[in-house]
Formats: sequence, C-alpha cells, structure tokens
Amino acid sequence: MNTTRVDLRKVWVPALLLIILLLLAALPYGRPGYTVVLVYTILMYIVLTVSWVIFSAPTGYISLAPAAFFGVGIYTSAILGMALPLPVVVCIGGLASSCLALLVGALTLRLRGIYFAFFTFGLVELMKHFVLWYELKFTGTRGRFLIPVHNNTIYYVMLAILVALLLTTYFIRRSKYGLALQSIGEDEEAAAHTGINVTLLKVITFAISAVFMGAAGAIWAIRLTYIDPYIAFDPLNSFMPVLMAIFGGMGQLYGPILGAAVFSYLREVLITRFPYYYMLLIGIILLVAILYLPNGLVGLIQKWHKRALGGQHANT
Amino acid sequence: MVKFLDVVIAGLLLGGLYALIAMGLSLQYGVARVLNISHGEFIMLGGLTTWTLNTMFDINPLVSLAVCGPVAFILGFILHRTLFKRLLASSASPGVFESNSMLASFSLLFIIQNIASIAWGPEIRAYSYLRVPVNLAGAVFGANRLVTLGFAIVIGLAFYLFVTRTRMGKAIRAAAQDPATAGLMGVNIDLVLALCFGFGAAMAGMAGMLISMCYPVHVVMGLEYTIIAIIVVVLGGLGSIPGSFIGGFVLGIIGSVVTHIDPGLSLVAYYLIFILLLLVRPTGIMGR
Repeated sequence: MNTTRVDLRKVWVPALLLIILLLLAALPYGRPGYTVVLVYTILMYIVLTVSWVIFSAPTGYISLAPAAFFGVGIYTSAILGMALPLPVVVCIGGLASSCLALLVGALTLRLRGIYFAFFTFGLVELMKHFVLWYELKFTGTRGRFLIPVHNNTIYYVMLAILVALLLTTYFIRRSKYGLALQSIGEDEEAAAHTGINVTLLKVITFAISAVFMGAAGAIWAIRLTYIDPYIAFDPLNSFMPVLMAIFGGMGQLYGPILGAAVFSYLREVLITRFPYYYMLLIGIILLVAILYLPNGLVGLIQKWHKRALGGQHANT
Repeated sequence: MVKFLDVVIAGLLLGGLYALIAMGLSLQYGVARVLNISHGEFIMLGGLTTWTLNTMFDINPLVSLAVCGPVAFILGFILHRTLFKRLLASSASPGVFESNSMLASFSLLFIIQNIASIAWGPEIRAYSYLRVPVNLAGAVFGANRLVTLGFAIVIGLAFYLFVTRTRMGKAIRAAAQDPATAGLMGVNIDLVLALCFGFGAAMAGMAGMLISMCYPVHVVMGLEYTIIAIIVVVLGGLGSIPGSFIGGFVLGIIGSVVTHIDPGLSLVAYYLIFILLLLVRPTGIMGR
C-alpha cells in the first residue's frame, strides 16, 4: 500500500514540473510582448530569491549582497555585450559574480549574525560608489547603453538560468553537502567538530549562489538597455529576495518560488494600477506578512491543508 | 596649516550630526534590538517638517526642535508598543526577532517614504537660516553649522547624563545588558524598550531639523543617513554613547579629508573603513 503511494508521487511530481516547464517554454508563442516581459520579470525575481535561499536559508547568514552580484552581472554585460555572443556574456557575468563572492566570502564569512548583514550591505554601496567614481573619472560618462535583443531571447535565457538554478538547488538539498550546510545553520561549532570544513563550505555555497545572480544580472542588463551605477547597484535588489523568501516561507523549496512569483506579480500590478501609492501598499503587505504569516505563504497553505485533512478525519 | 585646520573643523562640524544620528540608532539597536532601516526616514520627516514650518508659518527652525523631537518620540513609542512588541512576543529567539524587526523596519521605510512623497513631492527643499560667516582660527564657517554642532553636543550630553545619572537610565542600561534578567529585577521592560525606541526616533527627528538648517532636504534622503548611522555605530561600538560621538567625529574628519582630496571618493572611503573595521575589530572602538 505504502510503496504504491510513494511510486505515484515519484511519477507525479516530475511530470507536473515537466508540464509547467513545457507551458513556460511555449508561452511566448502568440502572446503579446507585455506578457513575455511580465513573466521574465517574475522569473528574474525567482532566480534572485532562490539563489539567495541556497546560501542564506540553511546557514542562517542574512546576506544583503544580491544587489552587488546582480550589479556585477549587469556591468559585465554592459562592457562585453557588444564583443561576445549572448550565452558567453551570461556565463562570464555569472563567473565574475562568483569570483567576487569567493573573495568576499573568504574575507567575511567568519563574521557572525547581523555583522555579516551589515558587511554585505556595505559591499553593495561600496561597489556602487566605486563604479560611479571610476566611470566619471576614467570613462567620463555616467551610464552605458546596451544593444536591445528580442524579448523572447531574454525570456528563454532567463528560463534556462532558472532551470539550471532549480536543478542545482535540488541536488544541493539532496546531497551530503546540503546536509552539512543545514548543520552549520543549526550549530556551527558542532558542525566544525563533526569534521565539516565550515569555512570552505560556506564560501563555496556563497559563490554558487552568486553565479546565478550574476547571470540573471547579465541578461537583465539587456532588458534595461540603459544602465548606470544607481540602477545596477540598487539596494532594493538586495532586500527584495529576502522579503520574497520570507513572504513565501523558507521551509520548503517551493516556498521562495511561490513567494517570489506572487510578490513580484503583485508588485507589477500595483506599480501599474497605483503608481503613487504602490510603495505604501507593498509596505503594508509586507508588514502584515511579517506579523501574521511567520512561516510565509507555505505556512498558510500547510495550515489550510491540515485543516482540510482534519475535516476529512472528523467525517469518517 | 590653515588648510588643515579648515578640513578638520569641517569634519568636526559634520561629525556632530553623524554622532547624533548614530546615537539614536545605537539606542534602538543596542537596547531595543531593532536594526531600524527606517531610521533615516525620521530624519527626513524632521527635516521636511522644519522646512514646512519655516517657509509656510515663518517659525524659527530652533523652535521647531520642540515640535520635531516630541512628535518623533511619540511616533517611535507607539510603533514599538504596537508593532515591535508584537514581533518580540511572536519571535522564537533573539536572532529571529533581529531579522524580523529589520524587515519590518524596512517595510516602515516604504510606508513613511511614500506618505512623505505624497505630502511633500519629490522637490529638493532648502531654506536660509543663520547663513552668516564666522571666523574660527583662520577658517571660515557658516554660523548655522556651528549651531548644529552645539545642539548635537548638548543633546548628546543631556542624554548621556540621563542614562548615567537617573533611575530610568539605569533601567535602560540594565535592559541593554540583559532584558530578561532586567525584567526579573522589576524593570518594566516593555516600557523601557518602547522609551528607547522613542528616544532614538526623537534624536533622528531632531537631527533632521539640524540637517535642514545646513543642507537641502528631500524625500529620499533617509537611506543615506541610515547607512552612515550604521557605519558610525559599528565604528564607535554598539550601545556606547561616547562611542557614537567618537565614531561620528572620526567619520566626519575622514569624510572631510577625503572630500578635500577627491569629492567622488568620500562615500567609497566610508565603506572601505567600514569593511576594514568589520574585519579587524567588529566590536568597534568603545565596544567590549
């Protein structure tokens, strides 16, 4: 009895995921450009959120560096965009970000708790002001232009990044390596005593999460077409993944995905409907989520699920 | 030599403001454990309120100090009583509370900034007050900046005496060390934490008023000051009032020296110092 159930699940979940993937892949056909842009914006936020979750959820280190990695990707694309083909640029964007993450991680991951959050937030501002100073001093311009490409191309690249990211996340969570990360989050000292190379593991995971943020930034730059340091290193890009992950709930892999999808869609709708009040509305929604949904949307769904199951049991 | 003095005095004048802002944040984070990202928004509110009172009703900016401080205090007090107290009760551990309250303050930033932009619009506002030159040992500064420094020091000193000499101050220090034990010793911990949050907001409001005397103010100025406050707090040592002042003056002088060399690099220098400091001595100058 039990085995058939497990088998069914094993078939159903991948089949469902494959159907979703196929639907997403078929989406640009016969749809207006706006829908495509909306969907890849959502995909972009999912990429940022899930790659933030890879590192920060199991270890408990709140990183506010996503904007720095995202911005490095954007600048890679702006500098190399004309010289190299797009997939290569995206890969280099990811690699450049992960190099920065390796360096920063090796320097700072011994900082605990809120100091790590401070540091990573400072990093974003440091990068922004440094690039601004460099551009004004040496290139004499403030911003850069990029050659636009077709929306569908951006869409497929973003989707490819997301699929790669989800596969990576899945394998990390399933592996011994993911278990080690989890144990660092629970008790770092104990993890070190069981023979885990704590520092190495943290630095590598930090770098892996940066790869996808950088790649997303590299393709996002082309959608922006004009960039300057304020756009590329916007601190909002650091906070959004954190907020979206918490909004969704971090217990399960689908939590951050759900949170990012719902929240970024909500954000787009609010921006177009209430351009003057959207920040106010977002602030209120977040506040309510923090106060009343401590486990995010996933927590809410699980609660409903339990209640529904409880009802069934009561009937029988 | 005059040039050098010029730079140092400019740094001290800037540092007084930084110290006041940082003291407010240090109180909110050091005692109430809320890393208040919306700290700068209270500064912005103070600055814009002073501007409105000055240009619309012709009220002396120094008088509006009596408005900004108490109003910001009440706002902060109520916020802690309603929002952060609830969060504190529902958070499983201090670490969870720290991250939750930081995110809650981030959504406060959204809310306050949006309300302010509806009320005041995106224009950059400034008014002229006490723009008379004063000669200080060969260096010339506006009288308004000297008044700013004077007020920052007076407010800081008054608060220092309050914390070290009064009964309530003792309760605040106890709560900073160990809230649970302080509660067991008969300290009304909810009241103390709300008071600290209120005092922090009041300092931000008053700092905003002082800033508006010397610099233009606008709706999105807040985050920049929040970041400076965070740097100064880390530089001086968390929860230490003298530390906030030392940190503020150090950062002010560094800022003015670097601005003297290359204005584009002053913020880069702040972050470099911040990052180096976190690596070498994360507890700050006066930290334990």
